[in-house]
Amino acid sequence: MYPTKYHKPASLEDAVAGLRSAEDGALLAGGQTLLPTMKQHLAAPTDLIDIRGIDGMSGIRVEGDVLVIGAATTHAEVAGSSDVQAAIPALAQLASGIGDAAVRHMGTIGGSVANNDPVADYPSAVLALGATIVTDRREIAAEDYFQGMFMTALEEAEIIRELRFPKPRRAAYAKFPNPASRYALVGVFVADTAAGACVAVTGASESGVFRHEGLEAALSGDFSADAVDGVEISSEGFMSDIHADADYRANLVRVMARRAVAALG
Amino acid sequence: MTEGIGARVKRTEDRRFITGKGKYTDDIRMENQAYAAFVRSPHAHAKVTGIDRSAAEAMEGVVAVLDGHQLTGDGIGNIICGWAITSKDGSAMNMGAWSALATDRVRYVGDAVAVVIADTAAQARLAAEAVEVEYEELPAVTNAEKALAEGAPQLHDNAPGNLIYDWEIGEEAATDEALAGAAHVTELPIVNNRVSPNAMEPRSAVAIYDEADEHYTLYTTSQNPHVARLVLSAFYNVAPEHKLRVVAPDVGGGFGSKIYIYPEEITCLWASMKTGRSVKWTSTRSEAFMTDAHGRDHVSKARIGFDTEGKIVGLKVDTIANFGAYMSLFSSAVPTYLYATLLSGQYDIQNIHCNVRAVYTNTVPVDAYRGAGRPEACYLVERLMETAAREMGADPAELRRKNFITEFPHQTPVIMNYDSGDFHGNLDKAMAAADVAGFDERRKEAAARGKLRGLGYSCYIEACGIAPSAAVGSLGAGVGLWESAEVRVNPVGTIEVLTGSHSHGQGHETTFAQVVADRFGVPLNSVSIVHGDTDKVQFGMGTYGSRSGAVGLSAISRAMDKVEAKVKKIAAHTLEAAEDDIVIEGGEVKVAGTDRKMAWHEVGLAAYTGHNLPPDMEPGLKEGAFYDPVNFTFPAGAYICEVEVDPDTGVTEIVQFTAADDFGTIINPMIVEGQVHGGVAQGIGQALLENVVYDDAGQLLTGSYMDYAMPRAWDTPFYTLEHNTTVCPNNPLGLKGCGEAGAIGAPPAVINAITDAIGDNDLQMPATPQKVWRMIQATQTPIAAE
Ligand SMILES: Cc1cc2nc3c(=O)[nH]c(=O)nc-3n(C[C@H](O)[C@H](O)[C@H](O)COP(=O)(O)OP(=O)(O)OC[C@H]3O[C@@H](n4cnc5c(N)ncnc54)[C@H](O)[C@@H]3O)c2cc1C
Repeated sequence: MYPTKYHKPASLEDAVAGLRSAEDGALLAGGQTLLPTMKQHLAAPTDLIDIRGIDGMSGIRVEGDVLVIGAATTHAEVAGSSDVQAAIPALAQLASGIGDAAVRHMGTIGGSVANNDPVADYPSAVLALGATIVTDRREIAAEDYFQGMFMTALEEAEIIRELRFPKPRRAAYAKFPNPASRYALVGVFVADTAAGACVAVTGASESGVFRHEGLEAALSGDFSADAVDGVEISSEGFMSDIHADADYRANLVRVMARRAVAALG
Repeated sequence: MTEGIGARVKRTEDRRFITGKGKYTDDIRMENQAYAAFVRSPHAHAKVTGIDRSAAEAMEGVVAVLDGHQLTGDGIGNIICGWAITSKDGSAMNMGAWSALATDRVRYVGDAVAVVIADTAAQARLAAEAVEVEYEELPAVTNAEKALAEGAPQLHDNAPGNLIYDWEIGEEAATDEALAGAAHVTELPIVNNRVSPNAMEPRSAVAIYDEADEHYTLYTTSQNPHVARLVLSAFYNVAPEHKLRVVAPDVGGGFGSKIYIYPEEITCLWASMKTGRSVKWTSTRSEAFMTDAHGRDHVSKARIGFDTEGKIVGLKVDTIANFGAYMSLFSSAVPTYLYATLLSGQYDIQNIHCNVRAVYTNTVPVDAYRGAGRPEACYLVERLMETAAREMGADPAELRRKNFITEFPHQTPVIMNYDSGDFHGNLDKAMAAADVAGFDERRKEAAARGKLRGLGYSCYIEACGIAPSAAVGSLGAGVGLWESAEVRVNPVGTIEVLTGSHSHGQGHETTFAQVVADRFGVPLNSVSIVHGDTDKVQFGMGTYGSRSGAVGLSAISRAMDKVEAKVKKIAAHTLEAAEDDIVIEGGEVKVAGTDRKMAWHEVGLAAYTGHNLPPDMEPGLKEGAFYDPVNFTFPAGAYICEVEVDPDTGVTEIVQFTAADDFGTIINPMIVEGQVHGGVAQGIGQALLENVVYDDAGQLLTGSYMDYAMPRAWDTPFYTLEHNTTVCPNNPLGLKGCGEAGAIGAPPAVINAITDAIGDNDLQMPATPQKVWRMIQATQTPIAAE
């Protein structure tokens, strides 16, 4: 790792100020993505601004029909929260399937959503559930937030404070883990929401997480696993790598969608 | 006996391992410690046209920046392969030069070109990045078949066509004739995929040069520190043997990859002399993927012929072995004497011919990896047997039984002389434990759940304790393959055993002590096992090829014979009895049938006080032995794997795995079971998950656990283990060896089960979900033509 300066501000304002004044600052949450890249010398921020000491950055609460999760809340906290399990059990289940125990006890929802890895799990839930990303300066709707792999609507020195998830009627997540990394080779999050059937796919597309219109249309008419079978899943724009080619990923989108819908009960 | 041979004693060494008190090479910190970081080639093949060290040298903490010209200039010798193989035309193998630091050319991504020595590891790494190496890129080749092709990039001037050797074994004409007359011939292309060893502890070295005594010490992650010292001294000219101490302290796994002497250890020793500092290097996980010797990587074509009765008439094999960019220490022996000599499997085959071409490519060197040649042989033979049975409409177990060798000793046409075994008995036990009879029901039940269930066999045989020395010498080995031991009984009766074997996960401190406790009737905790330090232990050969039991313990047993003889003499003298009447039992040395006796420790004391010894007897109680076996040992077994394949995703779940092994005498069943569990898990890893992938330009695509799939607990089932023991007739304890069997026997059982489930035999490892899904698409749901 290259030498770097570590800061742990107590307020959002100090964190933003710290970021702005640093030569090349980076926010640090659980460090489960950032630190490995720094150790490999692929990133070399001059300053690390740890957001975990900021008051109110972590924690889970329910506000009416909305589940609110602080950005610095760990995957293990989400997985183990009775509030999450009651409001959106699929989200707790998704969190429990991220990485391994060590990763889940360090990694955070805010870090995952800020990073927007095309094979990460959370982005699919955020998009399918129509969550709102609340930052230090504004609220961003999920559909405006994700802008391609590793790309988001976040501006320079913008910090995610919390995520607001409207409770769906029902939701389920089915993940096919990459045999090596256990990230999603394909993950499909299906939600039955006030806005209709929402299906978000992660792991598959070269443009990162996306909503599958064909699957949504089919499920809007008939919310059943069988409805999935008739949908054409195009592999265009899907990733091909040593683990899976685009066609196999397209197959997995169908199979995972089917399994997620079947799991809705 | 609660502690002796056959007892399930918990591993005594585990206390320090699981409480974090183990002492590994990286735990060693010297006064004046400096750290090495290597400058490595980012190219698979290039000329080195210049090295600019000025920026690095100016950096904070940097002690020295050293390159290959300095290294060779100081007379450090090239890295060698220690087993000479002769091609079928009589020519010697073509060994290309391998300098610990490259001088003018690099041949794989990760090849070391320079080293930075600095005060801290971080400073060394930063400075290594600042060393500017100028390369002139050359075309690269990573695939062995392509490397043999006309016009392929050439790696070494003295290996035209990238060919290291073209070797054969067996009678070609007779085999061709037998196959021509066969009633049925099964032909299969077989790829044995390349794997990365992934020991939990990465390689590490601490080199210390003492200028006053001109003496070197090397702490290193080695499976055989004595051989390391010999080679470092005799070939790499680091220092004469008596001026070089090599210590392999606790070592966290090797699987073969820590047999070899790598560029980094050599460089650290030399750099320590150059800088006057003690120099430490510990591999990162990325460096481990890039530079630890890989395993396997064979491409073969195989044909096996049967008569109308289903008896095998001949087997012909053509194998291409990828050796990577340089010849690693034992590389040449793996696809020849450790592979082709096992192609007879458990079967009576009169005609076998195998041709092997060893090839250079722009990849990391390949060498022995858990099983070393035997897994490749077993996989090939057992895939052929299962496939042949299916093609002929025969039951795969019956076809094997028809061809089993039942009389011993049995001379195969490929050198090996099997000494013992009970192949029918192994298979009986495995089939009963696996409830093969109930398989059809289980298959139907799985089908009702939408799963494809399959069952596969593997009847493996392997050869351990490679020996005897005269024989391996005649086949080209540069070393003898015996083992040494010294048994020291202290004046207080406690016992220290110095062994040339080396434990890096095998549990020697427990099993070896059990054998000693068993022999002398002393408590286990009064015995300690000393290994891994050339200053303490006499010359020895180390641990690989499952040799520590069959060879290492045999040496200890021989040394104990001598101790026992002296103990009896002393007791007979003291107790005024005949030597023949003395028995050693339960920690006492007695005159049989009387109440006259000495406690074990009283004999020890008598030996060292020397107050009352038989005339002409030297004081002391310490004996040594060098044991050279008369033959290999031949562990064998029957493995049965049952899988369920999900046709929607191609995912394979191993639902049942049964192993019936014949390891000869078992000293500690718990440790043996652990070896089988680990070996089978490694075999499952190779069959389902593990695969090293280079792209065509020679970049390593599987350079981390993000892309290299290691088996995890949930990839492996609960195993059913059986033992069917026939005692090895050729060593004092009747041991055969168990360290590699699982990794040898498991892969074909897994693949045979999957091919059974999906009804298609043309599957190569690893059976990834995508590959299996695609085959299911082709075989089970043919797409209607438009
Ligand atoms: C072995 C391993 C396995 C993994 N497996 C999975 C898996 O299966 N599925 C999966 O989805 N993920 C997986 N991950 C990634 C893991 O979930 C990470 O925790 C997550 O992607 C990043 O969260 P973090 O808190 O660790 O962020 P950090 O690494 O600290 O930061 C990541 C990035 O986000 C930025 N950032 C962090 N917090 C904020 C914020 N509040 N506002 C704005 N920017 C912010 C940082 O500046 C940085 O650029 C794995 C990681 C590892 C190491």
